[in-house]
Amino acid sequence: MKKLLSIFAVVAFAFSAHAGTLDDVKNRGFLKCGVTTGLAGFAAPDDNGEWAGLDADMCRAVAVAVFGDRSKVEFITTTGKSRFPTLASGEVDMLARNTTWTISRDVNLGFEFVGVNFYDGQGFMVPSALGVSSATELDGATVCIQTGTTTELNLADFFRLNGISYEALPIETNDEGKENLFAGRCDVYTTDASGLSSTRAAASNPDKWVVLPEIISKEPLGPLVRHGDHQWGDVVRWSLNAMIIAEELGITSENVDAQTSSNVPEVLRLLGVEGNYGEMLELSNDWAYQIIKQIGNYSESYEANVGPDTPLEIARGLNALWTQGGILYAPPFR
Amino acid sequence: MNEMNEVRKPPVATTGIIGWLRINLFFNWTNSLITLFVIYCLYQFIPWILDWTIFSADFKYNYLGEQITNQEMCSRNLDPENGGACWAVIYVRFYQFIYGFYPKVEVWRVNIAYAMLALALLPLLYAKLPYRKYFLYFTYIFPVIAYFLLNGGLGFTEVSTNKWGGLLVTLVLGCTGIALAFPIGIMLALGRRSKLPVISMMCTLFIEFIRGVPLITLLFFGMVMLPLFLPEGIDMDGLVRVLVAVTLFQSAYMAEVIRGGLQAIPPGQYEAAKSLGMSYWRMNLLIILPQAIRISIPPIVNTSIGLFKDTTLVIIVGILDLLGIGRGTLADTNWLGLSYEIYFFVSLVFFIFTFGMSRYSLYLEKKLKTGINMGAD
Repeated sequence: MKKLLSIFAVVAFAFSAHAGTLDDVKNRGFLKCGVTTGLAGFAAPDDNGEWAGLDADMCRAVAVAVFGDRSKVEFITTTGKSRFPTLASGEVDMLARNTTWTISRDVNLGFEFVGVNFYDGQGFMVPSALGVSSATELDGATVCIQTGTTTELNLADFFRLNGISYEALPIETNDEGKENLFAGRCDVYTTDASGLSSTRAAASNPDKWVVLPEIISKEPLGPLVRHGDHQWGDVVRWSLNAMIIAEELGITSENVDAQTSSNVPEVLRLLGVEGNYGEMLELSNDWAYQIIKQIGNYSESYEANVGPDTPLEIARGLNALWTQGGILYAPPFR
Repeated sequence: MNEMNEVRKPPVATTGIIGWLRINLFFNWTNSLITLFVIYCLYQFIPWILDWTIFSADFKYNYLGEQITNQEMCSRNLDPENGGACWAVIYVRFYQFIYGFYPKVEVWRVNIAYAMLALALLPLLYAKLPYRKYFLYFTYIFPVIAYFLLNGGLGFTEVSTNKWGGLLVTLVLGCTGIALAFPIGIMLALGRRSKLPVISMMCTLFIEFIRGVPLITLLFFGMVMLPLFLPEGIDMDGLVRVLVAVTLFQSAYMAEVIRGGLQAIPPGQYEAAKSLGMSYWRMNLLIILPQAIRISIPPIVNTSIGLFKDTTLVIIVGILDLLGIGRGTLADTNWLGLSYEIYFFVSLVFFIFTFGMSRYSLYLEKKLKTGINMGAD
């Protein structure tokens, strides 16, 4: 299936290859952005039918960069299976669909990952009553595991490397894993750490469950565009980078107006007071200012959607700035 | 002597409620045992489900009297001892469940379309409806009106199908699929039985191909491959592509169901029609099809119900139907963990529609007396 899809994708790409996604988007008057059909914290419709989440903010940031208006975006829902054909066929201009950046997707499928907006990784969740503080103490545990995913292989590798045994309880969906863990049919549930957090938040008493500190795989999630349109790729890449740089420089949606009279050169360059970086991207010169004003910097988006104050309670961890113990790093704005 | 002539009542144990109980529930000891077991299960289950769904449930306010806006405010999350279902999530999200992301200012159009759908179904449901003929004309033009109402055009602002969702998408897919598949299925069934080899081969090939692949594959085909076959510049709407796939799928099944009905018609009927000098089309329209369709009603409704439920598969290609909206709601951090409520509600809605269809088929069978053997055998 995967191979077939990639062939579809390549064929579709060959048919739809045309220059200038940015011009297409401008002519159309709105951005088409592929998101999930619903994933807590990343993209889900709120009570008013507005899409909210870290990935939804990424889409909005690009819309703001192009149009200066956060509402000029149409969200196209895609599933794990339909996301790549949808992007390849040109039905969406970009994907922000918590997609792991891998070599095969980047190279073989003909896409271009423009950055990472969330560093995820596979983790473990256990009942706190089990009294376990590390995954290496899980010898002989029954593990709920989604079949047919990379998490299955990672799990086998991890237990073999540590010389401990486990019994797998295969499940299909996240809901099933949750039910099995809560009912005590398995001792451990393993999936991406962000998924574990939403599972934990869905429990009637979240304190009864702990997410263990071990992260056993790299899952850098980021927005992607079609291969070959570098101008458009740059627009999406720097929309993300602008949010990260804004956090580095301490610019928030609240203080962005005051910051336009800052004396830090990089702040002035980012906000379009100095230089003509917007022009280079074929955008208006205040594009980054508008992103920060209307969406906020990376930290604001993170705290509002997945941060410790939300039900998901995901600590910044790897997603903290490189200056604060994380690995979030954007190239300089100059 | 007189005593002999007196009419004696049958023994108490064989009539009335007691008799019914004895014959149906306590006929012998295995029977009695099963009855007692079922009663015990119901006794355990019914009070619990009533308590959970109604008596202890939150509808709009929690037990403190606050209006519920997220899952943490549900009674059962405030106090695990207290409260059953938290229906507030359905209350808050009702609009999305019924209309998807349809703009609120235009939603009257969907409401009118829903009302018109009911009106269009009326003459089909009640054969004794006064002025039924005129109502039927309305039923025929309803799809055209509904298209302009929902999609836009003719002075209505356009609402892209990307904004459609929930029950609206489920009904559009189900109704269009069932309604279009019926005539196409009849043509395919007749074609497969045709004596012209080209026609019969083409129909057989089509039916076997479509039946041989899963609906998901067809949906993917419609979503990804269909645009490649269309000339450059023609941008086919995502929902239309899915509709094409669903209709093709359903018509192949419908064709086989109707072919089954056609095969049950005794050859004498064909011969009689031909001996009257009827043409192929007149014979089929007047003699064969009415009988064939009549005996195929149960399987026709069966496949239609199947399709109605299969429409939930469109989530795979990223269209949010009723179930998709439910899943989307579950992904909102405000409503995490309310999966029982949401799945219960979605299944209830599906049950109402499928049960309705099933009752309608029973009514049709009774009206047309399909059980009675007919024809010349």
